[in-house]
Amino acid sequence: MSAAVDRYLALQKELVLPGRGLSWIDALRNEGAHHFKDVGFPTMRDEDWRHTNVRPIQKREFTLGNSAQDELDNDSLSKSALTGLDAYRVVFVDGRYCKALSSLDGLPGGVTVESLAAAVAADTDEVRETLGSIAPKHRSGFIALNTAFVDDGLYLHVDDDCVVDKPIELVFFSTDTAEQLIQPRNLFIFGNRSSVQIIEHYVCGQGSVYFTNAVSELLVQDSAVLQHTKLQEEGDKAFHVGGVFMHLQAGAQVVSNNIALGSLIGRTDLQVALKAEGASCDLNGVYFANGRQHIDNFTQVDHEKPACKSNEYYKGVLNDRARAVFRGRVVVHQDAQHTDAQQQNKNLLLSADAEVDTKPQLEIYADDVKCSHGATVGQLDEAAIFYLRSRAINEATARSLLTYAFAADLISRFSIPAIRSRVESVLSSKLFGGSQMEQLV
Amino acid sequence: MLSIRNLHASVAGKPILRGINLEVKKGEVHAIMGPNGSGKSTLANVLAGRESYEVTQGEVFYRNSNLFALSTEERACEGIFLAFQYPVEIPGVSNIYLLKAAVNARRKHQGMSEMSAVDFLKMVREKIKLVEMKEEFLHRAVNEGFSGGEKKRNEILQMAVIEPTLAVLDETDSGLDIDALKIVANGVNSLRNEDRAFIVITHYQRLLDYIVPDFVHVLAEGKVVKSGGKELALELEKQGYKWIEKEPAAELRV
Repeated sequence: MSAAVDRYLALQKELVLPGRGLSWIDALRNEGAHHFKDVGFPTMRDEDWRHTNVRPIQKREFTLGNSAQDELDNDSLSKSALTGLDAYRVVFVDGRYCKALSSLDGLPGGVTVESLAAAVAADTDEVRETLGSIAPKHRSGFIALNTAFVDDGLYLHVDDDCVVDKPIELVFFSTDTAEQLIQPRNLFIFGNRSSVQIIEHYVCGQGSVYFTNAVSELLVQDSAVLQHTKLQEEGDKAFHVGGVFMHLQAGAQVVSNNIALGSLIGRTDLQVALKAEGASCDLNGVYFANGRQHIDNFTQVDHEKPACKSNEYYKGVLNDRARAVFRGRVVVHQDAQHTDAQQQNKNLLLSADAEVDTKPQLEIYADDVKCSHGATVGQLDEAAIFYLRSRAINEATARSLLTYAFAADLISRFSIPAIRSRVESVLSSKLFGGSQMEQLV
Repeated sequence: MLSIRNLHASVAGKPILRGINLEVKKGEVHAIMGPNGSGKSTLANVLAGRESYEVTQGEVFYRNSNLFALSTEERACEGIFLAFQYPVEIPGVSNIYLLKAAVNARRKHQGMSEMSAVDFLKMVREKIKLVEMKEEFLHRAVNEGFSGGEKKRNEILQMAVIEPTLAVLDETDSGLDIDALKIVANGVNSLRNEDRAFIVITHYQRLLDYIVPDFVHVLAEGKVVKSGGKELALELEKQGYKWIEKEPAAELRV
């Protein structure tokens, strides 16, 4: 066990976390602490972390226990806002729920939004039973670290049959307080036949060195319809590790959009368990990385019951010395006859120094299933560039256009226009230095 | 308009063109024929500026300036158009977008403002009739999933929309059935005028029944070995290329 682990465990003992003294939350945190003590930070010897080195995270001494900030200069917050997005907004500043900056006017009565800290302290049956039951306890030390410190984040409950008219955007805003560890913990419960769009949006001010270690647990009940978008736009010196864990019940339909644009080292674990017949999920993912960014997406879909569908499509564009990792694991359990599982990962490398490690992985224990997977890594087609240039389009524009064209079919899957335009403008600014793309799109 | 003087070019270190001479004046249609491997497509690609084709000797002047000083896109802006033997599929880029980008890039080069969306669409709708393509093709990705004939017609559509000064057609007839061949030829003929020149590269005489050339040149082993009028194509059809290859290389001044 490393000194870094000791340090965090000592900090955990000092902090007065919400609901302390309630036996179930104390037990949950202690379990996290014990597991973290056992496994520590993952290393590259760990199969699930083979291509991602988290030593830069481990060796820094991040601080915890930030106090609530109700005041925030509104400019830095509005700078990161998604242009043209009409949504309910829940704002967290350095991981703390900030009511004053949130806007929930007109939210349907069937929706409960509160801080997780308050929900834990309120000690309801639902929170007690659900919190910690969806995120796999032994997946990695990062989940354990988050669980050891369960503090604040979002608690969202949507009643049966409730249809929410606009997306609910959760803004996780990091101020410029250096060297802090922010650990949002989110719990979502979507009632039977409810319909909701969620955006988990990670942003920051000027961009100091900080570390977000987030865990979201989502319970999607019978025939509920959920669109969950994770938009990771952390600062360029920041570290981001985030887990999104979902349980889908009978007939539940989920569209997950996983968009990684920011952070120096960014890792998302997205795990979807199809727990009952007829559940389905579409997992769309896109990542653009430049400079020395390292972006890792680890996804897993568990087909536990018959007649479920999953369709995963991830695309990445890498420039400079950027590196990406994609792992797509699909497990078809013995019971899961008539599974339909498709998976694709495509990567475009714009520089000779960029690198991607992609590993689709199918494990099938049922015999009557339809599954496919595939991965590609390629460069821009020089023949296509020449073709465009021979039509008077200059070389830089031709390259931008082909890169945009590579990503376009994925971007078009994002049904919220404000998300699409943010992704397009980041693609243009990160990979082509700005304005050029705007004329193209 | 175009003056090719003692042009030598190599592909991957292998000499392909070994001293081409050719003069093309405005309003003229030149057919270039020759057996496989004679250098026809290399000539087309060198004129368009493909970088994998290395010019080792000689000069080409286009409208009195050095062609090799211009990049591929500058040549296109200056009015050179290559209809590809194998048009490239470009998933994710629509045909109409490509046409618009091409037209506006040239207009910008000429110091003109961009064409309005309405005028542009009107013009394209007019031109697409010429090649008997359905309008839905405009909104499909460039050449993606097109049949061989559709790709070639799409090249002619681009040519019609771009209105080049010098069009080089690289085996546009290959793989076409007779109906498609007529459509393509009709598209070319409708663009013929006194200011525009064409270089039509073909392996078969058949195309020249529909696009009647002013001059026919025969290429063999990277040189023009014979030049003549349209009757030369008929002669070739009867006697085959063997007949020509026996002749000594001809110096040509038209």
